[in-house]
Amino acid sequence: MSKVTGKKVVIEGSLAVAEAVKYCRPNVISAYPITPQTHIVEDLAQMVADGELKAEFVNTESEFAAASVVFGASTAGARTYTATTSQGLFLMFEVLYNIAGSRLPIVLTCANRAVSAPISIWNDQQDSLAVRDAGWIQVFCEDAQEIHDFQPIAFKVAEDPKVRLPFMTMLDGFVNTHTYEQLELMDPALVDQYLPTYKPVVRLDPAHPMTFGALAMPDVYHEIRYMLNRALMGSAPIYAKAVKEFNETFGRDYTPFLEEYRSEDADVIMMSMGSLCGTIKDAVDELRKEGLKVGLVKLRMHRPLPKAAIRKAMDRASVVAVVEKDISLGLEGIIATDVRATFAGHDGPNVLSYIAGLGGRDVTVPHLKAIMKEAATWKGKESPDEPFWVGLKRDIIPEV
Amino acid sequence: MAEKLTDGAVVKPASTHVNKTGAWRSMRPVVDLEKCVKCYICIDLCPEGAISALPEKRGVQVDYDYCKGCGICSSECPQKAYTMVPEEK
Repeated sequence: MSKVTGKKVVIEGSLAVAEAVKYCRPNVISAYPITPQTHIVEDLAQMVADGELKAEFVNTESEFAAASVVFGASTAGARTYTATTSQGLFLMFEVLYNIAGSRLPIVLTCANRAVSAPISIWNDQQDSLAVRDAGWIQVFCEDAQEIHDFQPIAFKVAEDPKVRLPFMTMLDGFVNTHTYEQLELMDPALVDQYLPTYKPVVRLDPAHPMTFGALAMPDVYHEIRYMLNRALMGSAPIYAKAVKEFNETFGRDYTPFLEEYRSEDADVIMMSMGSLCGTIKDAVDELRKEGLKVGLVKLRMHRPLPKAAIRKAMDRASVVAVVEKDISLGLEGIIATDVRATFAGHDGPNVLSYIAGLGGRDVTVPHLKAIMKEAATWKGKESPDEPFWVGLKRDIIPEV
Repeated sequence: MAEKLTDGAVVKPASTHVNKTGAWRSMRPVVDLEKCVKCYICIDLCPEGAISALPEKRGVQVDYDYCKGCGICSSECPQKAYTMVPEEK
């Protein structure tokens, strides 16, 4: 942080999101409250009720309805926002695909939470990763400052006429949403300058009627899906430009795709996403003091996957330990598979999959140091087919 | 040159002027005007609005550009004036 452009405050992570969304001046917000997203939409509802934010806030009977309301509002040309988590995101599932397929620039915040069953309100990242194939841009944030700052970036990229895609930003449930942190609020006047009024390319207008959600026969569906993927892949450089412009406007120093922490000369690199990266940085610092060449590569943008940036950041390492709070059941950690795919056909490190902290289990510095030390012993060996489970309590697991 | 697709498949209205849904039909209703008594029940019941009255009360006609061959007209005709004939190429 070089240039102070706004006010320094200590606020809850949820309010950091809501404040930033307020500065972005959405026309329509629709949501259904669900832990741990609740404070975000409560804050926004309060801002609307107090007249601080001139928007229509639509309370709905379910997340399916909330997503459908922003779908409709977006087709009518409104700037739209919603937030949810876990089961709520899953209830939106069908609409998420419809939103991306219809190329609507809706911005959604997902407060990452574990999924049922068994029911858990605590943090992991299974929810947003389970909807990764829907065609949304996905960016994971580490702390209150980041989740605050990435809201205008999300709207700017989503609404770019060359992109026209929905944008999902993630923060960790409770760890971020319910924690008070110091951050520098953006200057709302600078947000107005950075994020111009939304001008839709096409919209529902009685004077110029258009059909959204038309049937596509087999002779064109294939091509329309190709165009959706082309737009998502093509959003990466536009997003990178938006981050650069954000840095220049607000005096920040974000890298768009990855954040590299002491990884340049590292032999063992840990990769992760979200709030866990803060703990990993501490673990890296301690191991560096012990003389171990370790580092962190934080995956910020998950879709579209920044393959070239991942290769550039990690191809010199011997081992990459992907520590993640999710699993593709029957395979391994979702990000580990992404990283393997990124290096397929290229020279690269041995990739290990570590499943950690599911359902809100704390992942601590000692855990992370142990992982990095263990990972170092896998140098040059074939990685196992099954993932490692961090801190697994074997004494309470019955025999098969 | 082929017509280009649009992002999000957002299209202008009245696209069925081009996309003739009658191509989906596998059974074709054929009406025998000798049997038709001009009750027009088939016109009211056709879900596609594909049946219309002929001038001078000569009977009814089916618009095969949009008839999907559901057979409601044939099932409901009190005079059994319709025959469903398989479409063949």
